[in-house]
Amino acid sequence: MLIYTIRRLLISIPTLLFIAFVIFMLLELAPGDPMAQMPLTIPPEVKEKMRLALGLGEPWYVRFPLWLKQFFIVEPQYWIDGTFGTNFADGAQRIISFQSRSPVFETIAQRLPQTLWVVGMSYVVGVLIALPIGIISAYRQYSVFDQAGTFVSMIGFSVPPFFSGVLLIVIFSVQLKWLPSIYDTTHVVNDWDSFLFQLRQMVMPVMVLALQTTAQVSRYMRASMLDNLGQDYVRTARAKGMSESVVVLKHVLRNSMIPVITVIALGIPAIFGGAIITEQIFKVNGLGQLLIIALQGNDIPMVMTITFLLAVLIVMMNLIADVLYGILDPRIRYD
Amino acid sequence: MTDTTVTTVVKPRNQWWDVWDQFKTHKGAVAGLAFLIFITLFVTVGPVIWNIDPGKLDIRNKDVRPIYMLLFDGNAKVSWARPMGTDNLGRDIMANIMQGGRVSLAVGWTAMVLSVVIGTFVGVVAGYFKRLDGLLMRFTDLVLALPLLPLLLVMMLLFRDPLRATFGPESGIFILIVAGIGITSWMQTARIVRGDVMALKEREFVLAARSIGTPARRMITRHLLPNVLSPIMVSATLGLATAIITESALSFLGLGFPSDFPTWGKILFDSVDRMTAFPERVIWPGLAISLTVLAVNYIGDGLRDALDPRIRGH
Repeated sequence: MLIYTIRRLLISIPTLLFIAFVIFMLLELAPGDPMAQMPLTIPPEVKEKMRLALGLGEPWYVRFPLWLKQFFIVEPQYWIDGTFGTNFADGAQRIISFQSRSPVFETIAQRLPQTLWVVGMSYVVGVLIALPIGIISAYRQYSVFDQAGTFVSMIGFSVPPFFSGVLLIVIFSVQLKWLPSIYDTTHVVNDWDSFLFQLRQMVMPVMVLALQTTAQVSRYMRASMLDNLGQDYVRTARAKGMSESVVVLKHVLRNSMIPVITVIALGIPAIFGGAIITEQIFKVNGLGQLLIIALQGNDIPMVMTITFLLAVLIVMMNLIADVLYGILDPRIRYD
Repeated sequence: MTDTTVTTVVKPRNQWWDVWDQFKTHKGAVAGLAFLIFITLFVTVGPVIWNIDPGKLDIRNKDVRPIYMLLFDGNAKVSWARPMGTDNLGRDIMANIMQGGRVSLAVGWTAMVLSVVIGTFVGVVAGYFKRLDGLLMRFTDLVLALPLLPLLLVMMLLFRDPLRATFGPESGIFILIVAGIGITSWMQTARIVRGDVMALKEREFVLAARSIGTPARRMITRHLLPNVLSPIMVSATLGLATAIITESALSFLGLGFPSDFPTWGKILFDSVDRMTAFPERVIWPGLAISLTVLAVNYIGDGLRDALDPRIRGH
């Protein structure tokens, strides 16, 4: 298992390098000009100097390795320096945003908590809702509850977040005036009232994202439970005189969780992608909004870094899902 | 001894009739198909009957509420000539929904066809030719590991202007969106088709066909493709649903068609700023997107059952 994990880790390095190259070349070959937003009154020679100042003077085969070095060596050094007070980085050039002229990773670090709060919370909520729905749907297959569960997950698949979010705002913020429609990220939780406010402003974005998660995970949970409920060991457990709750919740559930856990791991990158839209609706200034702003401002280093971080997340979650599968299911042997 | 049993000659039945019979038993799928036909007619034939130019400005009749607002508020500004109301520039909302639906559905169908063609091609080639399998599947895995929505956004933003300059504002964006969605959504189809082709290759009828010297091209078109048609059709319905959602999402993020060119996602996006006063302008296009995708998903569900010979006929 360890050897397999190490091998997978090693394979993911060229994969990530290739992905970085694809993203870099897409940004490079694109005809968009980072100086296009500048006023036309700037003389051409000044414009040329500004291009050089942005680091655009070098050809791509110089800039791509430079970006890799900054991403994989310089930025971790700064991170270690910041944590332990050392001085590995020694003032090396960091990845600088074209727009704010500040290090890209500092901006990302400022935006990350908001995204993690909303996205992470919604994922936890979504999974926690989905698991019981899946279990009950499978246990009472074709019952009214199962039909309703199927319908709700169909809706979760079909209603895009930019409509469900807007619909929730229309109902709960505009008509009923229960919940705020804009997520206030400057809000500080220090007492009970402010905690309640935080809770109220998180309800809608979390529920919008959770609906998508619930739809998927509950389907997988149901299918996996159904696979296991018909197995011989279930009959044996019942024949031994085990109570129904022990049979379903101990024997069947444990075995059914194995594929579901990998699905949960694989779904994490997708929900970050979905957060791009949700953050736009509820005006959460998280990573997704940062990406949109960077895109509109032709801020190539920022776009490159955020997109690549998402790719790292996808590759890592794929790896974790495979390794988890091997650990949880002793029948799976990769070596 | 004579054989007296009279065999009634049953007319040979096309297997697609069996599929249709099974499909009919799935209530959700039939309702979905009915809705899809209805919405298609609504956006194609609709403008012929309701021939109001969706882009025509009518400032005097701006901000007309939909006709049902009379039920809640007797003083609401409504007009029977504008059953769904008008927007802040007096453009008729029903005409816009029709025009927007045309574009959204056209993008959805074209992008779906493109992604299914790419996916099937990659899948069949990878499954049939062993030498290319490793390479193509590695490539598929790599594409799957790309963060697709951000990359799609990047493509939209960076290639928008040159394509608009070459093909004109509307068709340039159309090509860009269709190509973008097509080349970022073929991977699932490719994987499914590859798996099925590899399983089919071991079957006796393929061996028989090979033994009489069928060339690879004929083998694929006559023996393999008809047998992988059902998973392709199912993934095509899923592809149509995702393509419609992706196009609306791009329009919603402000990176889709130009603003005077309505699509469902674009109308939704333009109305969000004024949804406090005019919630109906958000709800109509949103409902149109959601119901269409829901219908397509139900059709896919019914099709999956109808095309599965183990379920069909029971």
